[in-house]
Amino acid sequence: MDRRKGERKELISLLQETQTELGYLPKGAMQEIACFLGIKAVEVWGVATFYNQFRLVPLGKHPVKVCMGTACHLARGRLILEALERELDIKVGETAEDGNFSLERVACIGCCMLAPVVVIGDRIHPKMTPFKVEEALIPYKILTKQAS
Amino acid sequence: MIKKQYSLTVCQGTGCISGGAEDIFSSLEDEIDRLNLGEGIRIKRTGCHGFCQRGPLVVVDPETSSGLFYSKVAPGDVSDIIQSFLPGGKPVERLFYRDPASSKPIPNYHDIPFYRKQERIVLRNCGHIDPEDIDDYLATGGYQALRKALFEMTPEQIIAEVKQSGLRGLGGAGFPAGRKWEATFRAGGNEKYVICNADEGDPGAFQDRSVLEADPHSVLEGMVIAGYAVGARRGFIYVRAEYPLAVKRLRIAITQARDKGFLGRDILGSGFGFDIEIFRGAGAFVCGESTALVLSIEGKRGMPKPLPRPRTAEVGLWGKPTLLNNVKTFANIPLIIVRGSEWFASRGTETSKGTAIFSLTGKVANCGLIEVPMGTRLREIIFDIGGGVPGGKAFKAVQTGGPSGGCIPASLLDMPVDFDSLTAAGSMMGSGGMVVMDEDTCMVDVARYFLDFTQRESCGQCIPCRVGTKQMFSVLDDITTGQGRPEDIDLLLELGESVAGTSLCALGQTAPNPVLTTIRYFRDEYEAHIHEKRCPAGVCQALVSKTPSLSKREGEGDK
Repeated sequence: MDRRKGERKELISLLQETQTELGYLPKGAMQEIACFLGIKAVEVWGVATFYNQFRLVPLGKHPVKVCMGTACHLARGRLILEALERELDIKVGETAEDGNFSLERVACIGCCMLAPVVVIGDRIHPKMTPFKVEEALIPYKILTKQAS
Repeated sequence: MIKKQYSLTVCQGTGCISGGAEDIFSSLEDEIDRLNLGEGIRIKRTGCHGFCQRGPLVVVDPETSSGLFYSKVAPGDVSDIIQSFLPGGKPVERLFYRDPASSKPIPNYHDIPFYRKQERIVLRNCGHIDPEDIDDYLATGGYQALRKALFEMTPEQIIAEVKQSGLRGLGGAGFPAGRKWEATFRAGGNEKYVICNADEGDPGAFQDRSVLEADPHSVLEGMVIAGYAVGARRGFIYVRAEYPLAVKRLRIAITQARDKGFLGRDILGSGFGFDIEIFRGAGAFVCGESTALVLSIEGKRGMPKPLPRPRTAEVGLWGKPTLLNNVKTFANIPLIIVRGSEWFASRGTETSKGTAIFSLTGKVANCGLIEVPMGTRLREIIFDIGGGVPGGKAFKAVQTGGPSGGCIPASLLDMPVDFDSLTAAGSMMGSGGMVVMDEDTCMVDVARYFLDFTQRESCGQCIPCRVGTKQMFSVLDDITTGQGRPEDIDLLLELGESVAGTSLCALGQTAPNPVLTTIRYFRDEYEAHIHEKRCPAGVCQALVSKTPSLSKREGEGDK
């Protein structure tokens, strides 16, 4: 916040940076932002819940996003989502108990020619099939095993 | 050693990067270093070529008529590509693009039907220049339009030129750009803003992302000219949160433009000052609407302002006159200034000038980003450029305009594509998504998909949109799960009419389009779901077991 002027227009970018830093928006952080900008906490809450990007619960260490754009839908993106739910043993919108993976749906990441698409961490995985989902997750699963 | 000078371009668009293009670039670089060929081969990164489906792409000498096009390049191909430049070396044939119909190899970049039938104006530099190097943009004549605008033209002349060109806003609605510029120019006050709308929220559209990633300077140049014309000193680019690479390249471009004096306090010594900030959207479809986008930049919930309201051109960001145009609209400006309005207006149809850009995806052989003159027939786009429907399947429909658009059936394939003809067919240009659907696509499921999207994205402040889209969705959900009732089609039509007629902003007003057009053109599919509990395309899972394969064939007919 040191670089900030405390102007109202900084709210969304403050929330974005907080989320990048912490992985989600804890209540305390939102209250702090409200104080800093001199606005009511409920206003911060209102903005945080309006936009799809903001999370009120922590994301997994390896966030998994499934594209649900039109092209991915036609390419049976639904089956990919279901495969991931099975594979990660969580439902869409949830974070696994051990905090390693989370699963969310996104509207479109604009890589329609690669449909259906899954994003794990920052990496785009093109032309997925339920089988390739399993394969794509292996390196991340090894990583989490090594960490534990 | 190599006698000739070669230029090697490696696409670094989002599509090619996901295929490993970054590794391919560095391996090519290493190989050139290893063999000490740096003098003979110039290698550079470029933005998206548009033909993402064949990526990662490497093009040799793209500017010459003999340019070679290598598709689906893998790290193992790197050494063969470099060897091909050495004396006695031959082009790497296995990487040539093959015509999907005849499987004949087409080595030449410019002979590939996907590119040959296009006319690239907005995408002129995409795939040709290094988006992270301003000198590359300057070498193509970049920022000359800005010089001309600042030193040879008055703001009035610029606005007159844009008006005469007939350029219409390429964000979806097609409002004449020149009239917007004029309204912002005439609005009083000495504080004004220019906003570039890059909140490309339509699922199935990615052209704004590609332009920003491949040619960010053309957008910046268009914005500075706009700022000078309307009297603004600050600009914002509102970029979707999901586009990190576009943001990165824009940041680089802005820094370079400032260093070279194309942005900042005193641009090129003209006394005119203008600077641009990036604003990262946080993911809300409705923020593509101008008043919602403005509220979002102000740090608030992006909910469109109710009518009647003053136009954004008069009362926009922080209550000041604001010019808001789409990425592609700004990218057109430098060319209109340099080559003139007549040149621009010589393309297109009577009411839609210039070119249209589409993200061609779905069940089509050549997916990718394309640009054609307005008025090009749908058939040419889908079959000549797109290469038709793969796998011998029958074409069923093409969806344009995303959640605000509609599905156009095969019977209208010879329709010329422009703003007005699409609207007449019940669809719209929208942000330029074009999703091809084949016989395996269920049109009721498509309608359900779009309504699921709009009811999630409805901002919730007006009842017709908040409740209406939800109701329409639940009726569609019933139909696709075998719970449809005979009166449901009429109910959907009635609901659609009220949602379209009474919603507060364009999101609600256009939300019923996917439903209304699919009922208009594919009513038989709705009837099969409702009366026979059968999904002719075999998509709706609850009805699939009731779809014998024989009746599926018959049900498809010759659509």
